[in-house]
Amino acid sequence: MSDMKAIYLLVPLAPLAGAILAGLFGKQIGRAGAHVVTILGVAIAFVASLFIYQDVAAGNTFNGTVYTWMQAGGIDFEVGFLIDSLTVMMMLVVTFVSLMVHIYTIGYMSEDPGYQRFFSYISLFTFSMLMLVMSNNFLQLFFGWEAVGLVSYLLIGFWYERPTAIYANMKAFLVNRVGDFGFLLGIGLVAAYAGSLDYAEVFAKAKELSVTEMAVTGWPLLTAICICLFIGAMGKSAQVPLHVWLPDSMEGPTPISALIHAATMVTAGIFMVARMSPLFELSDTALSFVLVIGATTALFMGFLGIVQNDIKRVVAYSTLSQLGYMTVALGVSAYSAAVFHLMTHAFFKALLFLGAGSVIIGMHHDQDMRNMGGLRKYMPITWITSLLGSLALIGFPFFSGFYSKDSIIEAVHSSTIAGSGYAMFCVLLGVFITAFYSFRMYFLVFHGDERFGKAHDHAHHDHHGDHDDEEPSADHHHGLAPGQKPHESPWVVTLPLVLLAVPSVLIGFFTIDPMLFGEWFKGVILVGDNHVGLRELAANYHGPVGMAIHGLQTAPFWLAMGGVALAWFFYMKRPDIPAAIQRTFKPIHTLLENKYYFDRFNEIFFAAGARLLGRGLWKAGDQALIDGVAVNGSARLVGWVAQMSRLFQTGHLYQYAFMMIIGVFVLLTYWFNRG
Amino acid sequence: MTDIPLLSLAIWVPIIGGLLVLATGSDRNAPLARMLALAVAVAGFVVTIPLYTGFDVGTSAMQFVELQSWVPRFNINYHLGVDGISVLFVLLNSFITIIVVAAGWQVIETKVAQYMAAFLIMSGLMNGIFSALDAVLFYVFFEASLIPLYLIIGIWGGANRVYAAIKFFLYTLFGSLLMLIALLYLFMQSGGSFSILDWHQLPLPIEPQILIFLAFLIAFGVKVPMWPVHTWLPDAHVEAPTGGSVVLAAIALKLGAYGFLRFSLPIVPDAANELAPLVITLSLIAVVYIGFVALVQADMKKLVAYSSISHMGFVTLGFFMFNSLGVEGALVQMISHGFVSGAMFLCIGVLYDRLHSRQIADYGGVVHTMPKFAAFFMLFTMANSGLPATSGFVGEFMVVLGAVQYNFWIGFVAATTLILGAAYSLWMYKRVVFGKVANPHVAELEDINGREFAFLAVLAACVLAMGLYPFPFTEVMHASVNELLRHVAVSKL
Repeated sequence: MSDMKAIYLLVPLAPLAGAILAGLFGKQIGRAGAHVVTILGVAIAFVASLFIYQDVAAGNTFNGTVYTWMQAGGIDFEVGFLIDSLTVMMMLVVTFVSLMVHIYTIGYMSEDPGYQRFFSYISLFTFSMLMLVMSNNFLQLFFGWEAVGLVSYLLIGFWYERPTAIYANMKAFLVNRVGDFGFLLGIGLVAAYAGSLDYAEVFAKAKELSVTEMAVTGWPLLTAICICLFIGAMGKSAQVPLHVWLPDSMEGPTPISALIHAATMVTAGIFMVARMSPLFELSDTALSFVLVIGATTALFMGFLGIVQNDIKRVVAYSTLSQLGYMTVALGVSAYSAAVFHLMTHAFFKALLFLGAGSVIIGMHHDQDMRNMGGLRKYMPITWITSLLGSLALIGFPFFSGFYSKDSIIEAVHSSTIAGSGYAMFCVLLGVFITAFYSFRMYFLVFHGDERFGKAHDHAHHDHHGDHDDEEPSADHHHGLAPGQKPHESPWVVTLPLVLLAVPSVLIGFFTIDPMLFGEWFKGVILVGDNHVGLRELAANYHGPVGMAIHGLQTAPFWLAMGGVALAWFFYMKRPDIPAAIQRTFKPIHTLLENKYYFDRFNEIFFAAGARLLGRGLWKAGDQALIDGVAVNGSARLVGWVAQMSRLFQTGHLYQYAFMMIIGVFVLLTYWFNRG
Repeated sequence: MTDIPLLSLAIWVPIIGGLLVLATGSDRNAPLARMLALAVAVAGFVVTIPLYTGFDVGTSAMQFVELQSWVPRFNINYHLGVDGISVLFVLLNSFITIIVVAAGWQVIETKVAQYMAAFLIMSGLMNGIFSALDAVLFYVFFEASLIPLYLIIGIWGGANRVYAAIKFFLYTLFGSLLMLIALLYLFMQSGGSFSILDWHQLPLPIEPQILIFLAFLIAFGVKVPMWPVHTWLPDAHVEAPTGGSVVLAAIALKLGAYGFLRFSLPIVPDAANELAPLVITLSLIAVVYIGFVALVQADMKKLVAYSSISHMGFVTLGFFMFNSLGVEGALVQMISHGFVSGAMFLCIGVLYDRLHSRQIADYGGVVHTMPKFAAFFMLFTMANSGLPATSGFVGEFMVVLGAVQYNFWIGFVAATTLILGAAYSLWMYKRVVFGKVANPHVAELEDINGREFAFLAVLAACVLAMGLYPFPFTEVMHASVNELLRHVAVSKL
């Protein structure tokens, strides 16, 4: 067992070592040195994860302490690992996607002056994410939770010259902090009532906690814990209304959009809830809350994908929507379906993002889809892989996304928990919307007229490209010069696309049996008897081929096909129609363009409100009241009393005599009247 | 335990060393004064190390005790000793003194010997406060430590230094006079003892307990500082030279908080229980109100000063929930705040030395010209906003956990610091460090030199070490904190 422990330690520490080397000694080891050490670190982590996977598959799990971080209040705060089927699946996803992104970065960032720094950050991220998923306790979970937030902050603001980037990274950190606020309270409640932060010990007390009421508020304890923890997940996994940071996070370089803001970090919330299934199963209120938030995110963020013209933002909104699907799955107790979708999504969404990045390179850092078109001729590998990724995303039968998404929809269908009707509506309509915006993007980019290389004058420069911008002029145009043609990206970029396309297509087909209907998550993910979860689906399941063939006859498939067809008709055949719709339904379009005004509201109410309140408290409280009245006031009072008493000390004898007479008079009056 | 009077050494090595530095005289001997000061500071720290290595974590009793009669007529003794509550502060104080000497190395060019001497003497006096077990001795150290700080602000301070110095002096003097009355009353009641430990056992009726508690509350509350008697601190920080700010934040603010644990809680436990809601309320106001005020500061030093007040609110909050997570968390927060706020003020000092401005608006894009500095500043900013794996997280985390345990809503309000702290810290960082180079002055900035790198790196190591492995810090506290809590739970009526 101790041999395995060394291997467990190797998984997070190898990327950490790479990050430290590239970060602190970047100048000494040079650009090539930086990518060699970091890729080596992540590759070691990936290989070790594969090895651990085999070990776990053979039935060996591990739950133990690495070191005791602190002891206080009768609680042991520890750093430790829990290695089971859920952990090892996450480890494989994280290390594999991270490895792909590391390789891709060699090509994507080749001209960036911050090359070493970038590699250091993404390796540091890999370390943090691994610590998060490997944790066996809430403390380390929170460590990883905040650490991935930190790296995300550093990476969104990687191009720290850009005002939009440094605004976006602060926004991301603060919105995540709002989530973490809830998360910390949840952990506090766990510590206060369970007396431990160790998963196993807390889960063992779950039943007891579910019948406890909170001391001051009288709330059902477990519901409060679950909702608090889920607020943390809402921040990390960008659920409404804490989703606002994710679209803006696209200000970061594309490789991290793929790794952090699509494949791994944003799924931390999903993973966390799945990990906490023994707790969430005992609170229907919390599950309904999760379900409604997830369904709302799935549908309403999808709508926003329709009106975006920036290629990365379309993929970003589709990420939000897909995270909503995973959350929905959690809400209906289909945890394994959520995790399954997490895995398939990690591959095809990383693929789509990296594909988008490849397009951006080909377009010389122009991200506006209105300037693209017909790229399939020039970028064949990017084209084919993006098509595969899109098909996986819309859930085309036999593709990985089909298996995971269809399972979620079926699970919602059979669920009876409050809110499942609404969720069913959202996820079904969401299928149509997803297909529509995905293929809108696909057609606009890869098919139709070649719109690039023209002197374009519409306002696309508000979407900056991934490009270290040395040109100070704000209206500097990126993109292809007239007559210039896009070109396919170098092999370091296309190789990861191909390697990610393989699991995007196949992994669902091969893993659905063990993950959803087999024993893989047995004992790790618990579903209570009162919840249907995936049981009904399992009863009708006859292998992946049967499921795909059956899928051809169901509503989601036809909705998806409808979405694709409509996208084709609108953007290939009759581009005048969407323009007309946009004119006719101006208010709706404006609402979507402004992202339902969430940002505006937050800016006015929270950001400006906080500044106003701060200024008010400072000026009125500190300066006027405390300093003005109390402090300087008492100083003035002393001065005034001194002034007054100086009046009496004039040095004129007659005045003193007069005072004495008055004094005697007063005293005598008092003396005589006393009796 | 040992025959060497370690605590006396911790007090008198810096004081006598400081007098020696003073003796080097005028600025012609400045290099000598600097070297001597550094040697004294290092020696002062070295003598405190055995306090930690030789500390017995198994007992709550006072250790390294020294007892000598001082004024026999009034039963005043030279009585020293440390327990798990105070020992770390002696170390922290002696450690920070080295940093402060290093930080003033080239920056202070006039009256160098006097400047260095003031810090060394103050360091010795502070050690006296943390180790005095006789109330008169405590009071003497407590008051005497005001003088060097007053001089540091008044002589080496900024433009408005006189107002700030007097405000600081009067504020704290007002508080300590009330404390003196309380001490004299306790002397009478105890039948002529000034021993703080005797007073811990002294039974008292509730009315005098309340009065004594209020006297202590004002005396220590001003020092902490607690809302609403905090307004001297931003002014003092803004006018103080960098070293003064570091000592003020890292050590001086801890004196008041320490007083609560040494005096208020154990001497008048019933009043402490009775009035805990008041203190908790003031603490929460400090956390939230001051958090908002910090957000809108245009002066970096003021911003960090306000953030200090907010962080100290966590300390007083932790104390008065009377659970071990709260009290130990508060103590951890005090140590961590010593590192982090000290480092923040040093970072601002680094910028000020170059540009002679503390206004956020005068900066922008510093990362372009000072990348190493930007990395350090990022670490400390994150520690200031309580990021896990930095020391700033540990105390906040413990206090929030203790608060949720005590009362969910108190935990709720306290946890808002997660958002507020991040908001004011990161917003400042963004405006100062990120973005395009704001003006020609920023374009000419030079990155930190070897000396600056050294002290920032040492503090960074402390911040990370404490964040990654706080076990050794809390281990020291357990016995004393548990004994204190047990003591507070027993009525004295």
